[in-house]
Amino acid sequence: MNQTVTTITPKKLNIGWFSFTCSEDSTILLTELLNTHFDEWKNLVDFKHFKALKTNNSLENIDVAFIEGAISSDSQADEVKKIRDNTKYVVAIGACACTGMPSSSRNNFGSKEIDEQVAWYLSHFDYSNKVRRLDEVIKVDEKVEGCPMNKDRFIEVLGKYLKEF
Amino acid sequence: MHSADITIDNITKIEGTAGLKVTIENDQVKDLKFIIKDYRRFYIEAVKGKPIMAAPSFLSRICGTCSVAHLFASIEAIEKSQGIEVTEQTKLLRRLAYDGLMIRDHALHLYFFVLPDVLGIDSILDIPDDTDNFGHVLLHDSFDIKKLGSDITDVIIGAAIHAPIPTIGGFLKNPDPSKFPELIARLENIRPQVIRGIKTFFDYPSELIRNSDYLALRNNQRYDFIEGEIVNTSGKRVPEAEFHNFLKSVVIPYSQAEGYVFSDSHEDYLVGSLARLNLNLDQLHPRTKAGAVDFLSVFPSNNVYHNNVAQAIEILQCVEDAIDILKTIQISDEKLVRKSLQSGIGVGVVEAPRGVLYHKAKVNGQGVITDYDVIVPTAQNQINIENDLKKYFEENLGKDKKQLQLEAEKIIRAYDPCMSCATNFLKIDWISS
Repeated sequence: MNQTVTTITPKKLNIGWFSFTCSEDSTILLTELLNTHFDEWKNLVDFKHFKALKTNNSLENIDVAFIEGAISSDSQADEVKKIRDNTKYVVAIGACACTGMPSSSRNNFGSKEIDEQVAWYLSHFDYSNKVRRLDEVIKVDEKVEGCPMNKDRFIEVLGKYLKEF
Repeated sequence: MHSADITIDNITKIEGTAGLKVTIENDQVKDLKFIIKDYRRFYIEAVKGKPIMAAPSFLSRICGTCSVAHLFASIEAIEKSQGIEVTEQTKLLRRLAYDGLMIRDHALHLYFFVLPDVLGIDSILDIPDDTDNFGHVLLHDSFDIKKLGSDITDVIIGAAIHAPIPTIGGFLKNPDPSKFPELIARLENIRPQVIRGIKTFFDYPSELIRNSDYLALRNNQRYDFIEGEIVNTSGKRVPEAEFHNFLKSVVIPYSQAEGYVFSDSHEDYLVGSLARLNLNLDQLHPRTKAGAVDFLSVFPSNNVYHNNVAQAIEILQCVEDAIDILKTIQISDEKLVRKSLQSGIGVGVVEAPRGVLYHKAKVNGQGVITDYDVIVPTAQNQINIENDLKKYFEENLGKDKKQLQLEAEKIIRAYDPCMSCATNFLKIDWISS
């Protein structure tokens, strides 16, 4: 009797990592976490979208989207809505995504701060009236707060989704 | 190629968001726009009204990857506004922390962003899981190098990103010297990996030569990122406080960041590792000169891809400098240098990983920030990047569109641009038209 040997490739968690208005400090922290976790995560995670690390990015079949940064414009809002529509779960990463601050500092500006130069940029590009935190624009399933993100909490949230999938 | 529109909406493997639009008509580059897309956060306005003690930590949030550079430039500007002179121990520890910053930041750019270009792949994520594969070796070198840089900053200033310990007048907490021997041993052991990196980026056969001017900090005592005068290729020397008079800001209507040219000649210029090495080659550490001897002959260089080689050499420079400091420093239990609050203006200029970074603070008698300015490296490089790209496209119109896109991204990546930084501005020569 012929025997067929099949190799089963374990399913990896499909991840997207996205950055909006912020210093991208959590992206930098993630690249630091890769120093010690790269070999482990490579077997568990498939980075489908990670602009800082790859050119060929895709929004298809993403299980969890990690989104860093606040939302400064309607075009950014449209972009995160598109991400939300294409992913099962969304995690807000870092202070700007979770609270808006400090990227939303301009929400508190009065006429004194909005001088001619600031006003030119606000009107010349598609800035929305207010900078918004992520959950003001889309549904958020988990938050990893901190500036940059709390790395232990990030690993905990990632572990939760690795178990689920 | 007779006529074409080439658009890259999102340039990848850089810090932040930028795009490129090129219009080619009748075999000529009709228009080329390098577009910085990060939205402004207006921190220079937001910092007004904050007490001086809060300002440096707030402004370190301008950038995730070079937050230590913004932190130190802001601290220096405020200390000068208050007439505070810090101790030699503080100066040495800042230098040491800065070595850690440079080692980590340069390694991130070189190995995570540029290495895929060298290996002809899309991403480090595509490197085979094979310990004999050269890409695998280099990638794991990068983990060791980056981690060592981060660990130096962790020990000296409490974190690699938004460090909590440095403050006006010194350090909130002195580092634990019992951790120094392990750092020294790791620094000694990392040299062969660092030199392997230098050779890799030196051997990468790419070239784009344009006769740029260069601008960098120079200290006649040593290769220095924190103290010195600003010099350029034509021999001009400018004290830190006069730096903004040396430049003219240029509004670029399609970009969220303004650009800069020299105020006298209106010529563009380049800042960053290539500029530093071109202008400070003689100041490299003797062990760096010996270790990188086979790769130094190309400097001074006008090939923008040599910015990668210069960064790799600077990693070795920072390794040697950090070893020297860690081996010799005697940590005493110093207190912060404090003075009564005074009104004043102070300027802090440092070399961020990507080039000259300027902070200027105006403070009132109650110790509150009343005005602030920042000039960042990527904004200074913006016009130079655009002019380099124009030259590249004009000379390579025979290539296919995909190749042109790929090469354009590589050129931009060689500059190691940082868009988070770039969208902060200096308030001079503002012309809204």
